[in-house]
Amino acid sequence: MSDRTPLLEAKGISKRFGSVHALYNVDLTLHAGEVLAVVGDNGAGKSTLIKSIAGNHRIDSGEFFFDGNPVKIHGPKDASALGIEIVYQDLALCDNLTVTQNMFLGREETNGLGLLSEATMQRKAAETMRSLSVTTLSSVNQNVARLSGGQRQSVAVAKAVMWNSRAVILDEPTAALGVAQTRQVLDLVRRLAERGLGVIVISHNLHDLFEIADRFLVLRLGQSIGTFDRATTTQQEIVEAITAGALSVVPGQDVTHLDGQKASVS
Amino acid sequence: MTASLTTDEVETVDQPSGHRQTFAEGIRTWMENVRAGDIGSLPVVLGLIVITIIFQLQNDKFLSAQNLTNAIVQMAPIAFISTGIVFVLLIGEIDLSVGVMSGVGGVIIARLLVPDGNEIHWTLAVLAAVIVALVVGGIHGWFVARLGVPSLIVTLASLFIGTGVVLALAGQQGLIRIQDPTVIDIANRFLPDGVGWVLALLAVVAYAASLLIADRANLAQGLAAPSWATFATKVALAALFALATVAITNADRGFPLIGMILAITVVFWMTVAERTKFGRHIYAVGGNAEGARRAGINVDAIKISCFMIASFMAAFGGLVLASRLRSVDNSAGGGNLLLNSIAAAVIGGTSLFGGRGKITSAVQGALVIAAVESGMGLLGWPSDRKFIVTGCILLLAVTIDTLTRRARQTSGRA
Repeated sequence: MSDRTPLLEAKGISKRFGSVHALYNVDLTLHAGEVLAVVGDNGAGKSTLIKSIAGNHRIDSGEFFFDGNPVKIHGPKDASALGIEIVYQDLALCDNLTVTQNMFLGREETNGLGLLSEATMQRKAAETMRSLSVTTLSSVNQNVARLSGGQRQSVAVAKAVMWNSRAVILDEPTAALGVAQTRQVLDLVRRLAERGLGVIVISHNLHDLFEIADRFLVLRLGQSIGTFDRATTTQQEIVEAITAGALSVVPGQDVTHLDGQKASVS
Repeated sequence: MTASLTTDEVETVDQPSGHRQTFAEGIRTWMENVRAGDIGSLPVVLGLIVITIIFQLQNDKFLSAQNLTNAIVQMAPIAFISTGIVFVLLIGEIDLSVGVMSGVGGVIIARLLVPDGNEIHWTLAVLAAVIVALVVGGIHGWFVARLGVPSLIVTLASLFIGTGVVLALAGQQGLIRIQDPTVIDIANRFLPDGVGWVLALLAVVAYAASLLIADRANLAQGLAAPSWATFATKVALAALFALATVAITNADRGFPLIGMILAITVVFWMTVAERTKFGRHIYAVGGNAEGARRAGINVDAIKISCFMIASFMAAFGGLVLASRLRSVDNSAGGGNLLLNSIAAAVIGGTSLFGGRGKITSAVQGALVIAAVESGMGLLGWPSDRKFIVTGCILLLAVTIDTLTRRARQTSGRA
């Protein structure tokens, strides 16, 4: 796997909010067709990292490569243009609109008169759902308000992948879901990878992640502790890395001097 | 609820079928929607029927041709203003200035048409009022969307300012008579009998055609279309409504010109709201502004547009009101015009919480208000009771909205 050009590579990503170092010199590699889990305790920098990749945070230093080519991600539109989509924990669905209307929101199809092509959009939405084997939805013509948590998550994921996206980032996709619905969503995540997408998943639930992830990127206090292959690691090892992994820079020490040097390397 | 859960688990997403539903399937879909709290215009239609029966039993002039024709003319200004209100309610905001905005529109038109040698063509006078309305609406929207000032306060301030403007423009006498024949015709002209029939037939044919076009698109994409029985029922009801209206109004002075203008305006805004990207984005902003923003929708632009539509339709309502009264005085746009316009939208089923409601709710609600006013007028009831009854109807309508909203929230959630 490491022989291939990674789909997405982030090198030396640093980001700070005022005096707080949210991310410090973090590397991330994502291959097509794999599920990468990003884990860490609260405040480890998981959200900051994925928001940087999605273009919602501007990084202070570091570089992104997509298909091996250096790229700049200055905003969500840049990320979308590359084929990177993010599904936030709150899903950002409109309860008063149907499944189809949500999936096409902001990218509606119209006919020659400028009127919405409802039937075409409905067919495409249903096709996307079928191709993802989402079988728990009776109709794409019902309001999202009527859906369960797992169904909503499926709609949000389908919305993200129906636009020829190549990398999908999922923020806590199984938080607040019941057992059966968690199962549905985990299966869906695996299917995305099987379709050749690169998937990044953030979750606190190591048990779930061990079912779906190929590799783990462990963050602690804004720094990367390292990546672990699922085949060769254990939950025990990941937990130790999350809670006590060796830091390259100890917080409390003045890191600003080092920061300048390290960031300039890239 | 348990039933819907089990079907969720078993059925798969809309398998391509491309068939017309049977009548039984159509009924089942409708029943499911009603049970899930999606009752559409059912309450307001039932309410209208109840109101009609009550007043007709009290006074058999209620359903007379003259009274029904008058009702169309009387409800028109409220219906126009209320149509604009619906757009603002859809994004979860409010506009308290529409009443006085209609007064400002009316007084601008009346002033510019005073035959003192400086009068201008009526189209220019209307254009001037429209431009002022769009600017005012744009300012409302800018304060709300860009600065984040609550719309309640922005438009309340505008209500005060507009009241002052009307007083200033109405001049010394406090009343400007309108003498321009075209402007007077707007609300006082009745169509010849034949024209009424032709228009009714055209409307029914256009409605049937629009249904067939939508069905054909569905079938072409392999989706199910409503049964022929459903289609026939819809067209028959529309034909009955259109032809009965023309038959009744023709027995009096004919179908009012303003009724035709209202129908065309409502169809136009319905198309904008339900069939265009812009309309879809309005509903999205009302449903989840943050979600809409992340989908790449310019939320501020949508909000500003909605306030502009509200002010525009208010000024248009002011024109109709001025035409009907053949004058504009210094209390134009005051009184209960604002309250009736907001009440009409809400009685018609538009939610105050944003994201839910139809353009037709404005007309349906205006019809309820006009029916109550006209019925109580026939019975010779004083104003005090009109206000009390209208208030009770409003409370009932909002209560129904709140309860069905709760039904929607609980239904289908596993």
